[in-house]
Amino acid sequence: MLDLIEPFMQWMPESLANVSIIVMKITALLVPLLLGVAYLTLAERKVIGYIQVRIGPNRVGPRGLLQPIADALKLLTKEIILPSSANRFLFLVGPVLAIAPAVAAWAVIPFDDGMVIADVNAGLLYILAMTSMGVYGVIIAGWASNSKYAFLGALRSAAQIVSYEIAMGFAIVGVLLAAGSLNIGEIVLAQQGGVWQWFWLPLLPLFFIYFISGVAETNRAPFDVAEGESEIVAGFHVEYSGMAFAVFFLAEYANMILVAALTSLLFWGGWLSPLEGILPASVFDIAVIGALLGPGIHWFLLKTAFFLFVFLWLRATFPRYRYDQIMRLGWKVFIPITIVWLLLVGWAVVDHWAPWFD
Amino acid sequence: MNVVTNYIKSLFLIELFKGLRLTFGYLGQKKITVQYPEEKTPLSPRFRGLHALRRYPNGEERCIACKLCEAVCPALAIKIESTKRDDGTRRTTRYDIDLTKCIFCGYCEESCPVDSIVETDIFEYHGEQRGDLLMTKEKLLAVGDKYEKQIAKNRELDAPYR
Amino acid sequence: MSSEEIIFYAFSAILIFAAGMVITIRNPVFAALSLVLAFFTSAALWILLEAEFLGLTLVLVYVGAVMVLFLFVVMMLDINLAVLKEGFAKYLPFGAVVAIIMLAQLAVIVGPKQFGLDKFANPVAQGVEYSNTKELGRQLYTDYLYPFEIAAVILLVAIIAAIALTMRKRVKRQTMQPEQQVQVKRNERVRLVKMPAEKKL
Repeated sequence: MLDLIEPFMQWMPESLANVSIIVMKITALLVPLLLGVAYLTLAERKVIGYIQVRIGPNRVGPRGLLQPIADALKLLTKEIILPSSANRFLFLVGPVLAIAPAVAAWAVIPFDDGMVIADVNAGLLYILAMTSMGVYGVIIAGWASNSKYAFLGALRSAAQIVSYEIAMGFAIVGVLLAAGSLNIGEIVLAQQGGVWQWFWLPLLPLFFIYFISGVAETNRAPFDVAEGESEIVAGFHVEYSGMAFAVFFLAEYANMILVAALTSLLFWGGWLSPLEGILPASVFDIAVIGALLGPGIHWFLLKTAFFLFVFLWLRATFPRYRYDQIMRLGWKVFIPITIVWLLLVGWAVVDHWAPWFD
Repeated sequence: MNVVTNYIKSLFLIELFKGLRLTFGYLGQKKITVQYPEEKTPLSPRFRGLHALRRYPNGEERCIACKLCEAVCPALAIKIESTKRDDGTRRTTRYDIDLTKCIFCGYCEESCPVDSIVETDIFEYHGEQRGDLLMTKEKLLAVGDKYEKQIAKNRELDAPYR
Repeated sequence: MSSEEIIFYAFSAILIFAAGMVITIRNPVFAALSLVLAFFTSAALWILLEAEFLGLTLVLVYVGAVMVLFLFVVMMLDINLAVLKEGFAKYLPFGAVVAIIMLAQLAVIVGPKQFGLDKFANPVAQGVEYSNTKELGRQLYTDYLYPFEIAAVILLVAIIAAIALTMRKRVKRQTMQPEQQVQVKRNERVRLVKMPAEKKL
């Protein structure tokens, strides 16, 4: 791809060319990401509709395919209402602080071998740092709204995110112990060699804990006490309307996609093909079929899509957790399990247990 | 022993997977949504929708201004004024039903001794202006004239159960 | 100026501005948020110094967890600034003297004589392959294993002590036991009673 653009960059000074290439990469990532976010809302309504034996939106465009665009237009043209005696500056900064980390974290996500914006050594740590920044959007929005419901929602959400960050961090520590690297690309490459080599098997409890913590971190059902529309109206974003509300929405869904992408990268081999090690190696050399069956971005997208479906599936299945039980689950169940499994993984790595850690 | 099985059950999320399996089953089931403007659900002949005043086949209006409906109406939505007509019969000069007050209980229909005020199975009507939903005698008679066939058919279907 | 220097000065300016805001601004929530900004920019400066592990950990621990709890407390407090400022003028001379003495001491100890730029050689710029995280881990778990482990144990003791100090058995505590609650079966709570709809007269 870059070779195609390079001739057009000749006239620029080198630093400008570098910057413009970075900007282009970011655009190439962000546009599909935001489109994905938009269509995830449609997918959510469709999947939940189907599970509830309904059809879901089907009026705007063929089979409802233009629904997200209609929604976006509606939200764009609505007024952003500032509540009385709300803190104007923080009220408007809140949504920005929510979406910025959700999008920034994508910088280190590799889509294919080497297909990544920033191939940094401490990629996993960067992701953890960025996702932990996401709390601020919620907490500032809740406080600046000058509303008790928003504030309660913000407190619940922040406490929940901070608690589950620990379990999530421990699960990730297990992955980096097993892979021996913080670079996400290297973590994927450490899983090479077929489905049974991927980390989901040796790190099965960590995989479940990571995914459930991810659901809790994104404030999705059944952990959506922060929104809790039956108790506190809509939680931290009650007072938001129009595009400011839409930005919170975008952030939530971008975070969902991020958690799904990370789950597939850390535990399910990212772009690696599940057929490796099952089919003979010669199959992957066939012109078109080999590329389809072999490792590639399509496997990564497929896995991510599956985990996104699980997100929606969970929402359609389970009732909302009670708040004290959420806290109990995070602190008294997940953290002990992760610590025990970490010790086990550490032992396995030191002892070179075949076939995963040899 | 029970404690151990419970512990294992909760640790391996058995119940949760059961729930997930159940909802996944519904994913592929036939959808029951009715695509409203194109598809409609069948209506009972007893459906209580928009009101109508009926006439006899010879064109004479049925209503004799007995005011039973006005008396029975729990929402006080009916207003009737009557006078003696030239031929000596009592007829209404005013018969208003305020549809914004009406609760569609069907008491008026039931109380009517001459089957004059009825509720049709029309439910897709609207008012664009203030007062559009105040049905006057003329409007009610017009509804009755227009849908007499349907009204008569529904009455006939329901007759065995009355 | 190289682009690195531009970034450094830009972030330093933001850092100093944010640090100033922390102590001058009146609204405690804004002060706490300025502190967050200060932490974040200093993390960026550390990353610029090739200490990416420390920088990201600063964001993760201080910005992501500690400051959130800070904000919690500050947002819930009803701070009366007028009461806080009472007696400010009375203690100002004494406070100023203390501050000047401390500043002078600091200048003597960490002044340019001991810590000037010319006293230290420029750190060697490491290549792309250099991983600060790996290096830090190696140092901590080889050369500094005992101090590291001892510090960890002290922290653990501190955690346990803190919990032990705050935990007290309350009389008439009404806490729920979710693990028991979730095991309740329908038969244990619901009793279906059949009775005639009307009493016979």
